Amino acid sequence: MEPKYILEMHGICKEYSGNPVLKNVDLRIRPGEILALVGENGAGKSTLMNILFGMSVIHSTGGFKGEVLFNGEPVRISSPLDAMKCGIGMVHQEFMLINGYEISENIKLNRENLKKNILQKILGNKLGILDRSQMRSESLAVLNELGLQLEPSTITGTLPVGLKQFIEIARELDKKNIKLIVLDEPTAVLTENEAEKFLNCVKEVSRKGISFIFITHRLKEVKAYADSIVILRDGELVGDYSTESISIERISELMIGRTVNFDRSVDNDRKFSEDYELELKNFSVNMPGEILKNANLKIRKGEILGIAGLAGHGKAAIANGIMGLYPSMGDIFLKGKKIDETDTLQTLLDGVAFVSEDRRGVGLLLHESIETNVVISSLRVYNKFLRRILGIKFYDRKAAKNFTEEMIKRFDIRCTGPSQEVGRLSGGNQQKVCMARAIALHPELLLVSEPTRGIDVGAKKRILDELVEMNTREGTTIIVTSSELAELRSICDRIAIVSGGEVVGILSPFDDSYKFGLLMSGITDLGEKGESDEIRD
Amino acid sequence: MKLGIKVNVGISQFIMGAFIICLLILSSFLGMNTPSLISDSIVRIGMQMIFVLAMLPTIQSGIGLNFGLPLGIICGLVGGLITVEFNMTGFSGLFTAILIGIPLAVVVGIFYGWLLNHMKGSEMTVGNYLNFSVVYLMCIGWMILPFKNGAIVWAMGEGVRSTITLDNNYQQILDNFLSFSIAGVRIPLGMLLFDIILCFLVWMFMTSKTGILMRCSGGNPVFGASLGINNDRMRILSTVISSVLGAVGIIVYSQSYGFYQLYTAPQMMAYPAIASILIGGATTHRATIINVLLGAVLYQSLLTIALPIASEILSNSSLSEILRTLVSNGIILYALTKMGGKKI
Repeated sequence: MEPKYILEMHGICKEYSGNPVLKNVDLRIRPGEILALVGENGAGKSTLMNILFGMSVIHSTGGFKGEVLFNGEPVRISSPLDAMKCGIGMVHQEFMLINGYEISENIKLNRENLKKNILQKILGNKLGILDRSQMRSESLAVLNELGLQLEPSTITGTLPVGLKQFIEIARELDKKNIKLIVLDEPTAVLTENEAEKFLNCVKEVSRKGISFIFITHRLKEVKAYADSIVILRDGELVGDYSTESISIERISELMIGRTVNFDRSVDNDRKFSEDYELELKNFSVNMPGEILKNANLKIRKGEILGIAGLAGHGKAAIANGIMGLYPSMGDIFLKGKKIDETDTLQTLLDGVAFVSEDRRGVGLLLHESIETNVVISSLRVYNKFLRRILGIKFYDRKAAKNFTEEMIKRFDIRCTGPSQEVGRLSGGNQQKVCMARAIALHPELLLVSEPTRGIDVGAKKRILDELVEMNTREGTTIIVTSSELAELRSICDRIAIVSGGEVVGILSPFDDSYKFGLLMSGITDLGEKGESDEIRD
Repeated sequence: MKLGIKVNVGISQFIMGAFIICLLILSSFLGMNTPSLISDSIVRIGMQMIFVLAMLPTIQSGIGLNFGLPLGIICGLVGGLITVEFNMTGFSGLFTAILIGIPLAVVVGIFYGWLLNHMKGSEMTVGNYLNFSVVYLMCIGWMILPFKNGAIVWAMGEGVRSTITLDNNYQQILDNFLSFSIAGVRIPLGMLLFDIILCFLVWMFMTSKTGILMRCSGGNPVFGASLGINNDRMRILSTVISSVLGAVGIIVYSQSYGFYQLYTAPQMMAYPAIASILIGGATTHRATIINVLLGAVLYQSLLTIALPIASEILSNSSLSEILRTLVSNGIILYALTKMGGKKI
């Protein structure tokens, strides 16, 4: 008798060094079903898939709790090879194709058809000769099955991106025992047209009884192609629906969570003059992995603007581009004056400060003392903490030490003293050092990226409070880029959403949760465009 | 950044110091002339100190150990030869040599830094091979440079001699300046003072605004860029300072040694300096003046004291040179294996 479900996962729990990342998650897929797995970055989707594939990262961190049934029978998948034997395949987000090989070689990779010869009989299959005509004809059959008119002898590297994704799926389908294919954001790199074609193809294949787990951020695709939807949030299963029974708005709301009762530490309805501190016009930044295209944004003097969006969609590029750390195009106007973003020093002199999202990589001198890290920016930009002796500027240790001690007190930085190496501090204290450095500059415009990433709750609060304090007391205009939507909603006056490299809309922190989710997944008909000049209050 | 110096001196430096003291005690038991051993090592420390100091700027700017030090050394040699050509003597000869050597080293340092900026990530390899190439290029150069003075050119044929004596010019002029003896140990105070003054100047530079920004740019170039620091220019500045120190260093070295050595002699001069600063506790990306001072003292006294004792015990005359090469290259190799921060 055919079992009802091809795959069942029961009560899956997993923690990484004490932090639970999956809590009691259940998952069931029928044969021929397309199941969409949705959730924000860090909701636990990848961990769940890593468990399914028996990736070593799971076993080296203490395994997981729960039960996996494949075809109705309990299985132990302890390596990707086991998963392959069961008939589980994966189509990766980054192409796992060898560009120099022809299509048939890529499809048949590691499962090549071989001709017999003498050496092979003596020394084993590794020395077999490829049976190219057989490989090509079998590849052609699979490609035809997918409705593709491709010559299997074409070199893969010459194909357009849209077609490469099809080769990946052809490779999985060519495995005779394949029963379940995981698609990890397969449409992220495809245009809308290509994505449609690809998903139609997936749908077609699923009719032949092959199941799909479809991981994506594009909710429209979920609604159009998936049979059922599983929603994860912070490692918990928050929804398991059939697609007909749930609206896109509801999916989005479940993904983001109903964080309506966030604590506002800023007045709700602050009024601002129409003076713009910063204006971006057709601003594009070529930051690898975070590409931004044609962003238009206006930031009013004295406001706190949040920038939200999913990882890899380009939100981090805005601040990095303004500071000239990555090549960019378009115009930046600071207080109405056009600035040259490649001249970082001038940007700093114009009163812009930057706290990088890459704390350990860009934000800190890990081998230097807290003192050096705190004073270095002001020393560089405003010649502070320097004494002139015979016309030469020397480091003023005493002033630097006093200031650092003051900052240590103000931020409650846990350390042995100003001379402690920053590399030895905890993440939260390192972030406080970064903030202290920015404050030492007394900036008019502060760009903060991911201020609370990877730090403990106490430090988070301290840092957010400090941002608000700078804004209200010194009138600093602040742009906060963050993946933590709840935090943005607690301190920002407006929140710009970046998706697919574009500013797709600006929301008020009091807008409904689902709107944020929709905009982040690229559905724009609910929010207003970033290009529009009107400002929502 | 206390005093601009961070003391990263470890237990190994103390052990080495203790070992040297033990050796000194042993030498007197073996009936050797201990005060003369100490005198020798102090002279060698003074001769090599500036080369060790030359390693500091490039480490600070993120280039790492300056394997291309002989580039600067050659500039100093050219300056020195010019003073001999014109029969200059005394302090005026010495300082003229330095004054000619410095601008040459500045030009060479700019070129060297520019080249290294195009080969980031493999500076030490590039520096090493550039060293070899330039030394051999200059082997041709020494043949064709238009020196005329009989003290410089070969008596027969063409080109400059391989060693040029400074007997009549400024041999040991710094060594003898203010020198004195205590308990049979001769202290070449003039040379040591000169070394200390240069160390002080470099230390001052390191605590100046430019010096601090150089360390910051070397420690994390991306961070440097986010502060609008021109990392490439900082690196060029460091190779310039390092080459200038190389040029000054060879003149100080030669006046003490009594000869200018040409042709392939400069080729191996970077290695003892590299080994010294590493033995002093520096790594390929972190070093301080303390590492320079300590390294020069430990390395040179280890070699000048331990090797005569070893040959005394093993009575094999060629042993000392073999051990010298073995120790210095062994230290460099060990330090390079630790470069990635991985334990071996």
